[in-house]
Amino acid sequence: MEHLIEFKDVYKIYQMGDEAVHALDGVSLTIDPGEFVAIVGQSGSGKSTAMNIIGCLDVPTSGSYHLAGVDVSTMDDDQQAEIRNKMLGFIFQQYNLIPKLNVLENVELPLLYAGVGAEERHQRALRALDRVGLSDKKKNLPSQLSGGQQQRVSIARALAGDPSVILADEPTGALDSRTGREVLSFLQKLNAEGDTVVLITHDNSIAVKAKRIVRLADGKVVYDGDAHDPQAVVQPEETDDLPGEGFTEPTGEEAPV
Amino acid sequence: MNFGQSFKLAIKSLLTSKMRALLTMLGIIIGVAAVIIITSLGNGMQNYMNDQFEQMGSNLVQVYVYSSGTSMDVDADDMFTLVSKYPKYLTGVTPYSSVSPAVRHGSDDYKRTKVYGVGESFFNADKGTTMQGEELGKGRFLSYLDVEREQAVCVIGSYLEKAAFSGDALGQTLTLSGAPYTVIGVFDQGGDGSEGSGDDVIYIPYTLAGRMGSSYMDMYLFTSADRSTASTAKGIVENFLFKAYQDTDYYQAITAAEMMDAIDSMVDLLMSILTLIAAISLLVGGIGIMNIMLVSVTERTREIGVRKSLGAKRRDIRSQFIIEAGTTSAIGGVIGIGLGIVMANVITFVMGQIVGTGSSDFHAIPTLGGIAVAFGVSVAIGVLFGYLPANKAAKLNPIDALRYD
Repeated sequence: MEHLIEFKDVYKIYQMGDEAVHALDGVSLTIDPGEFVAIVGQSGSGKSTAMNIIGCLDVPTSGSYHLAGVDVSTMDDDQQAEIRNKMLGFIFQQYNLIPKLNVLENVELPLLYAGVGAEERHQRALRALDRVGLSDKKKNLPSQLSGGQQQRVSIARALAGDPSVILADEPTGALDSRTGREVLSFLQKLNAEGDTVVLITHDNSIAVKAKRIVRLADGKVVYDGDAHDPQAVVQPEETDDLPGEGFTEPTGEEAPV
Repeated sequence: MNFGQSFKLAIKSLLTSKMRALLTMLGIIIGVAAVIIITSLGNGMQNYMNDQFEQMGSNLVQVYVYSSGTSMDVDADDMFTLVSKYPKYLTGVTPYSSVSPAVRHGSDDYKRTKVYGVGESFFNADKGTTMQGEELGKGRFLSYLDVEREQAVCVIGSYLEKAAFSGDALGQTLTLSGAPYTVIGVFDQGGDGSEGSGDDVIYIPYTLAGRMGSSYMDMYLFTSADRSTASTAKGIVENFLFKAYQDTDYYQAITAAEMMDAIDSMVDLLMSILTLIAAISLLVGGIGIMNIMLVSVTERTREIGVRKSLGAKRRDIRSQFIIEAGTTSAIGGVIGIGLGIVMANVITFVMGQIVGTGSSDFHAIPTLGGIAVAFGVSVAIGVLFGYLPANKAAKLNPIDALRYD
């Protein structure tokens, strides 16, 4: 079976003055359809860079990234935009709804850029709003909604284009813990309904809601496996004296296609 | 993203900050209004002049002779001889001198009344009109004898008849520079019959007018058979005058059609220069739009990042901002056109009051072409000056744009 997301020996190197910073230092990783993966790591671990590359917002310095079998690591701006539009649904920490547009118009945006006709756009956006239980708020402006509701609108927007991957970047970061839990259980529900969800977070207690955890530290994968394995939530400092080989091994097995 | 969506979004963002939108548009509004006003004035002025010439008749040839300072002289008799020699081309001639004596009747002064000295052939008895197109209503025009014997008689316009003689002028007298003149004829009303208009005139024999102040220039009006022979007629007169003076500096002949063309092209040139100056304010308006659009792009960096993350391509972002700039300046253009039309009407009214010709003579009329060009130019300026900010927005890196606060 073809992997949905496949990183092969991905490096992302930033030049900071004289120093070359390896934000991703030879990451190999695969994610299959229907998975719920949390990419965890502290700040500076490379998880944001990984998200940018998965989200086709950035390209690796070297190595390859295949999304649904297509090599997207060498695409230009507009080609990436098209991939983002067709394959990816973003959920951001700050919701990032456009304040001047009402809820329905916000949810319609990805369909608008996909060139979907007005009538169909309307129907699909309403369906997405229905899934998050906010179709009665379609005429409201984002500022008239609570934080939790705004995040649900942004989830509806991510769903509207029927993406292959839902990419959630710290989706609970700006919410109180109760609303955060609601959003997480919502992501779990989406996954149960068949959507592939990739969650990026620094918080272990959030990461364990996923089925699988990929832990990054210093640009390297230090753990990749079941979210319920106690090893998954071990802090990187404590893993220092453990053999790194054992943790990267599962990736190594999955990598060849 | 299609045009309609971008347009709706542009209107929305203009409405959310009305004050800013208005200030942004101000340069365009003023520039477009100025262009409309200037082209209206030019158009009005051209129409006005053309009307005046049309009244005069297109078969006229005006001849100026600058005889002072030369021993040689050409007088009216030479001109009469010329006409009798070329009857096919020249049908008549009259001296035509403008003089300004004090016009009085009783204790009333008529300061704006125009007084001309002419000969009997100024009047075409067959048509019943003068070379200027005035129609004789009552009495008769100046005769050969009146001119020859320097009779103190005059023909007046309808304004004077009403104002000075309460409608019954024939046989009455008025004074020109103190000398009494008897009214022998009255013209029908041709214009609006107001003071200072074409209906406020006095014609006296040129033989008498010559004594009211010597002029360095003699003017003659020739009539040609019709418009098509006018330029040949002009050639004949010029030929004669060149033989007399051996120098083209002493005379000038011009047909009414030529004069009309000359004045038209002068007005055209003047209007082009003024329009160009007005266009500079359009340029300044465009820079204002560019400035605001750059600010807007910076303010909406995060929005641009979000749109890009949702799949907006460069051209989607670019067209959104260009349409926004174009819409802003188009709305400014429409307001400017409205303002310009209102101002043109105000100017028509004010000119009518000041010049006293009444509002029927001079109309500052906005031309449809002028309006279309003004609108087109304002949209083009928006698009042109919106391009730079829009391109800046389109090139933003989505990662940086999403992180922007």
